[in-house]
Amino acid sequence: MDFDIFKRRSGIETQIDEFLNRVSEAGLIFKGAVVDYLKGDLETFVLKRDRLHEAERQGDVLRRELELMLFTKTLIPESRGDVLELIENMDTLLDHYKGAMWKIDIEQPRICDEFHEDFKELVEYGVEAVESTVCACRAFFRNIDTASAHMDKVIYWEKKSDVVSTRLQRAIFRREDLRLSHKRHIRDFVRFMEKIADEAEDVIDRLSIYIVKRAL
Amino acid sequence: MFLFFLSSGLFLGWSLGANDAANVFGTAVGSQMISFKRAAVLCGVFVILGAVISGAGTSDTIGKLGTVNAMAGAFIVALAAAVSVYLMTVLGYPVSTSQGIIGAIIGWNLFTGTLIDYTSLTKIVSSWIACPILAAIFSMILYKLVVFCIKTFKIRMFKLDTLTRYGLIIVGIFGAYSLGANNIANVMGVFVPVSPFRDISFMGIFSLTSAQQLFLIGGITIAIGVITYSKRVMMTVGTGIMKISPVSAFVAVWAHSIVLFLFASQGLEHFLISHGLPSIPLVPVSSSQAIVGAVIGIGLLKGGKGIRWKTVGGISVGWVVTPLLAALISFISLFFFQNVFQQQTYKPVEYIVSAAAIERIENQGIPTDKLKGMLGNKYSSAFQFNKALKERLSLRLDDTSFIMESTEYHKMEITGAAIRFLDSKWFTEEQIKALEKLDGQVFIHTWMMDEALAGISPSWRIKKDDRLFSRRLKEKIDRIHDLFHTR
Repeated sequence: MDFDIFKRRSGIETQIDEFLNRVSEAGLIFKGAVVDYLKGDLETFVLKRDRLHEAERQGDVLRRELELMLFTKTLIPESRGDVLELIENMDTLLDHYKGAMWKIDIEQPRICDEFHEDFKELVEYGVEAVESTVCACRAFFRNIDTASAHMDKVIYWEKKSDVVSTRLQRAIFRREDLRLSHKRHIRDFVRFMEKIADEAEDVIDRLSIYIVKRAL
Repeated sequence: MFLFFLSSGLFLGWSLGANDAANVFGTAVGSQMISFKRAAVLCGVFVILGAVISGAGTSDTIGKLGTVNAMAGAFIVALAAAVSVYLMTVLGYPVSTSQGIIGAIIGWNLFTGTLIDYTSLTKIVSSWIACPILAAIFSMILYKLVVFCIKTFKIRMFKLDTLTRYGLIIVGIFGAYSLGANNIANVMGVFVPVSPFRDISFMGIFSLTSAQQLFLIGGITIAIGVITYSKRVMMTVGTGIMKISPVSAFVAVWAHSIVLFLFASQGLEHFLISHGLPSIPLVPVSSSQAIVGAVIGIGLLKGGKGIRWKTVGGISVGWVVTPLLAALISFISLFFFQNVFQQQTYKPVEYIVSAAAIERIENQGIPTDKLKGMLGNKYSSAFQFNKALKERLSLRLDDTSFIMESTEYHKMEITGAAIRFLDSKWFTEEQIKALEKLDGQVFIHTWMMDEALAGISPSWRIKKDDRLFSRRLKEKIDRIHDLFHTR
């Protein structure tokens, strides 16, 4: 008789928590790094880029361990597929942070001062959306009834993100002194940042189905 | 020879293990909550324990429906049940040995001309209707309770997973025990009256009655059925027929086990009787019916949309067809066995219209004018006697039963040598002394001896207000009827 399954449970719960912590941490690093970039502090930006890269790597390791554990220990067989998908989706958000950092690092877009506030706001909403997604995920594992409140917040941040993105793109293309190529370059970044909240929303759409499937 | 005849019962036990174990552990194994190995070991062990410890209750009911009094008859009855269950299983219907064995006994009754005890039959058939309904009610209540606990204590997903695993193991063990206790009568019940085994005492620590030895053998074959063949059925039940969550599976198995236990527990019956409460009949019910009822209960609680009523209808038809099929197979096989293989499939029970019997019937207030015309007549079967009665009299069912009971020819001679065979721990000193007073007397009807004993000592009198005492006394009376029986 295996009495270690209690330990196994607490082990896997800690792993999931750790993984979600990495996603939250990556959001905070990402937000700070964008601010540093906009300030022109490239040295700190690079440091944060590397920290985020490390967080993403740790996240990948945890994800693989979790997948292995769920399958080999045949835990939560009825929701295993859903949980694996959820963890992979969260990992995609982590990847998106990393991708955005490298994109900034490689392409070094010239963002005009007048767009800085909107740009920071856009990043802020994206990170908030992801953070609410993390909370919804934790609720899914801990207290499924409270998950919907966090999911509502994701939708709220996604809408705010859409509004800022539209405003920002309009402002970019209204500037007559910028070349079209410059405008399109900044627009690309705006879209890339906006996608963070969109992806967070996609994750909670799927999460809502997993919750319905687990409904008692 | 007995072991050869027992083989059909062993086959029936094996098929019970292969099929019905899936009702207990199928959902857990199918949904990978418990490994098959662990499920098979737990199921096997607890089926055996349930059969040996608590198997006696339902066997009595089977015995009342028809005492298959010859080994070859018991062989055919068990074989007919096993074949019909096997055929229905091949067709994909989740049937139980309960339905098979009852049908097969009725086939034996019809073949031998024994009158069917409609009181017992009604009790059994109504329990088949009550069983899924009760299971559905229990599963609804338990499901509500479980959901309330999960929500109140905010149980996390992984903790719930762990608790469900333990829960499935515990209710599975309970279910296996109840299955053994309730269904062993299906497998071995018909062999109890013809068993050549004697009671065995193990160094005075515990003893096994002849019936318990049979139940042990039956329990072992059920366990072998579980280990050798139930995996496929478990996987089918767990993944195919019922796609339900582990929590629902836990509740369904729990409800199923409670129902099986209720219909098998002599302890509970004694408790209810001793507190003056109405008792639950001890009847072998179908574990398939119980599990299907429990799942429907949960389905109804969730709005009923997920229930495939067409499948439920098909299953219900299977429940009706199985006893009919078993009766038919039993009847035809008995005919062949008796006439082609020249095997005695039953010991004829004769009826004689004696003066004493007429007097007893008259005292009961039943008109005996036409019966007196039959004085001294002997009939070779219940069917013939019943036919003769019907030609002359129009009687109520109760009166017919009373006349049959009063006229059944069962010659007994009380001898000192036979009295010494009685277990002095079971029979009281007063009861044995009363028997000794009748030493040398001969009775042609069982009731004559019963009345003679009751006249000598109150220890042989049925107490209408003490059902427990009366039931135990009835067991002793049955024992002495067999012991002093002469041909």
